[in-house]
Amino acid sequence: MATHSITLTVNGAKEQVDVASNWTLLQLLRDRLALTGTKNGCSAGECGACTVLLNGEPVNSCLVLAVEADGANVVTVEGLAHDGQLDPLQQAFIDEGAVQCGFCTPGMLLSARALLTRNPHPSEREIRQALVGNLCRCTGYARIVRAVQKAAG
Amino acid sequence: MMGRQVEQTRVVGTSVPRVDALEKVTGAARFTDDLQFGPDLLFGRVVRSPHAHARIVSIDTAAALQMPGVRAIITGADTPGFIGLYLRDRHILATDRVRQVGDPVAGVIASTEQAAEDGARAIRVEYELLPGVFDPFEAVQAGAPLIHPDLGSYDVASFLYPRPGTNISHHFRIRKGDVDGAFGRCDTILEDTYRAPQIQHVPIETHVAIARWEQTGEVTLWSATQSPFAQRSMIAAAMGIEPGNVRVIGNYIGGGFGCKAGVTMEGLAVAMARRVPGRPVKVRLTREEEFFCSFVRQALVAKVKIGATREGKVLALQVEYYWDGGAYTEYGTNITRAAGYSSTGPYFVPSVMTDSYCVYTNNPTGGPMRGFGMPEIHWSIEQVMDRLAEKLGMDRVQFRLLNCIREGQETVSGMTMHATGLSQCIKRVAKDIQWGEKEPPSAPHKLRGKGIAIMWKAPAMPRNAASEAWVVFNEDGTFNLGVGGQELGQGSFTVAAQMAAEVLGVPMDRVRVARPVDTRYSPYEWQTVASRLTWSMGNAVRAAATDARKQILDLVGRCWGETPADLDIRNGEVISYKSERSVGLDKLVICGLSMPGDRELIGGPIMGRGRFMPTYVTDLDKETGQGTHGMVHYTTGAEAVELEVDTATGQVEVLRVAAAFDVGKAINPELVKAQIEGGVVQGMSSGLFEALRLKNGEPLNSSFVDYRIVTTLDAPQEIITAVVETAQDDGPWGARGVGEHTMVPTAPAIANAIYDAIGIRFNEMPLTAEKIYLALAHKA
Repeated sequence: MATHSITLTVNGAKEQVDVASNWTLLQLLRDRLALTGTKNGCSAGECGACTVLLNGEPVNSCLVLAVEADGANVVTVEGLAHDGQLDPLQQAFIDEGAVQCGFCTPGMLLSARALLTRNPHPSEREIRQALVGNLCRCTGYARIVRAVQKAAG
Repeated sequence: MMGRQVEQTRVVGTSVPRVDALEKVTGAARFTDDLQFGPDLLFGRVVRSPHAHARIVSIDTAAALQMPGVRAIITGADTPGFIGLYLRDRHILATDRVRQVGDPVAGVIASTEQAAEDGARAIRVEYELLPGVFDPFEAVQAGAPLIHPDLGSYDVASFLYPRPGTNISHHFRIRKGDVDGAFGRCDTILEDTYRAPQIQHVPIETHVAIARWEQTGEVTLWSATQSPFAQRSMIAAAMGIEPGNVRVIGNYIGGGFGCKAGVTMEGLAVAMARRVPGRPVKVRLTREEEFFCSFVRQALVAKVKIGATREGKVLALQVEYYWDGGAYTEYGTNITRAAGYSSTGPYFVPSVMTDSYCVYTNNPTGGPMRGFGMPEIHWSIEQVMDRLAEKLGMDRVQFRLLNCIREGQETVSGMTMHATGLSQCIKRVAKDIQWGEKEPPSAPHKLRGKGIAIMWKAPAMPRNAASEAWVVFNEDGTFNLGVGGQELGQGSFTVAAQMAAEVLGVPMDRVRVARPVDTRYSPYEWQTVASRLTWSMGNAVRAAATDARKQILDLVGRCWGETPADLDIRNGEVISYKSERSVGLDKLVICGLSMPGDRELIGGPIMGRGRFMPTYVTDLDKETGQGTHGMVHYTTGAEAVELEVDTATGQVEVLRVAAAFDVGKAINPELVKAQIEGGVVQGMSSGLFEALRLKNGEPLNSSFVDYRIVTTLDAPQEIITAVVETAQDDGPWGARGVGEHTMVPTAPAIANAIYDAIGIRFNEMPLTAEKIYLALAHKA
């Protein structure tokens, strides 16, 4: 398998890495950069657990080839907090009890972050639509939706 | 045992935030697949049977062994031992025959995931096909293919009754009262058959296990498991090694719901690791494998006959349950038992005859899933009760209030029912859903309905299922709380910390739960199953903290010349109500205290120990299923649903769900409500969407595209939760479990509401839009 040298920014830090042609962005993040906050739930783009922001847009990182991220800006759950301050979404997830097992949480947070960045005051319906690709088996979603509403203020 | 008096508490009963929330929102929480092993790590891939029933003729590994990166290959010859929780009926790898699609027949260990996968593809297995059986009712008929000819030689728990020479691995019976005579006195009798299909737990984290076999013969297993201790003992027994040589480390779990209880795929990692000593080997199920290679929820065929007087009193019940246990029923047998001894549902029925059969088929292996048989049996009970009420011309809520079990009445298994808030729960959900009032539908092509269902469930476990806990201190007066129960999202670490903080008189931030659970260092816990942790582990935590507290107060009392009864611990300080002296815990919990005048140093590190085991549980008679205390207690509850059916598409929209459960005492009310919300939605998902589609044992929909679960857009917009607290006399602060119970009544409540809306009954889950649409078309 051919390898490629790519450069990308992950959570504000510049990284230069050699990746195989068939590596996914998810593999790059988890197995090479040890950013294991991003989860692998299905490897098929169906559960949303691996959601990250690619140039600000939420993507299933299991469906993006690592080479496609060459030159891109990537944000993972590890990059949501800044200067010791949690993102308001993270705080709202804690306050509203939107976390149970926590496996879908990173993907949920990033889908929600993308939503609030493009639409700071979404309706409940808009929140539910934005998170429809993120499966959660524990919470029943109500507290997650409420947390996003709270973070939106 | 505790009395029923309400105690004043400071931390218990408050909704403190989860102790694991910060880790989980920052991505710092470590799940098993997140652990880093560096270049040492090898990868395991499993070769699985494509056939539902076949004899293994030969396995050719020669080509695979020559492939680059392949280190070793294991087959059934490497794993001759039997494994299983209640009935040892399986091997880690199939030896002579495969009994389900997905049965593991070989394992490849390689340096990369790709090499392991390529190696697995290069293994040639020759099979001789055997006739299969795929329906539990057919499997019990004479002449059905025998799936376990050696059933009679398997090790089995004393309370299970396999029938060698048949496919029945357990037959549980209730014989209570004169059923025939009682039916003779009934004015109304109903008979019906209900079916529930196999469904899957669908944790978002698939199973993963990493094993390392040390040169010393010790084995370390990192496992996404609800059962670190059970895995230690079961894998050790199957592999012929000392349990003390097996160390299981259980990190956070990305959802379990029962499929990560017991042992399913974890033995594979250990067997592979044995071939490459010193190197960790990781086995991770793909999403496709997850659907049928660990556990599925057993399918059920339930035949029910029930009778009542014209006044509405239920007098008699006759039930036959045929459980599709699948290829191996090592765990499913006990679901059959639990279903049998709960077969009336939460009702008082004086005469009962129940036959609950666990049946081998060539379908995927059944196992524990949230509710442990209760969602399946309540699917039949709660619909037949609705039908009975209708036939008697009674209101469905009033009918349930008339017949629901009350304190002092005898349960189906002969236990005297303890205090329960069941009727309160029924009244509460009826009020919250505005029972009896009918809103017009939101559109002309929609029909609106309301339904109710109630439930009970007891923890199903052997009576020696123990819990252990400890408390050890740090120099700063903070303490580490040792528990062996797992955190799989339900909040067990948080409520354990609350209980210990309560007893020891410290704020929550002074408690650290010692994690991950590690069988080498953590106290024993049977398994994180049966909604038993808050209750059983809670009792152990309370005892450990009480033990530490006593040691502290005795020490200070001796130093100050006071009696412990005059002392208390408040906000991390020991205080005297008599002398008004105080001393911080940090001054005494490690280095003891100096007696006045420095005469003598007393004390030393404080360590509190606690344990709990429900020793008071009795056996149930083999012939009648009767016993005075066959289970510890029942948690009860009710749910009511309001929904709309779109007659143009058959789609159901669940508008509102009202739920109330009697948890005895809510240690953390918001966590209880979170469990209710999650359970309601999982129950709704099973009721409307979920079925593992099987064709002669082969799963047809093993992906999220083809097997749909509830998303944000399907979930009800409003879930009204109520917590009822009727103290449980064997629970800490009166608490009993609630995790599983919350999904039990949802599916039948939905079915009853759909009937209310469109006048059609469906006896088989799930109630898909297609099924409803076709039924509406047929009716028209």
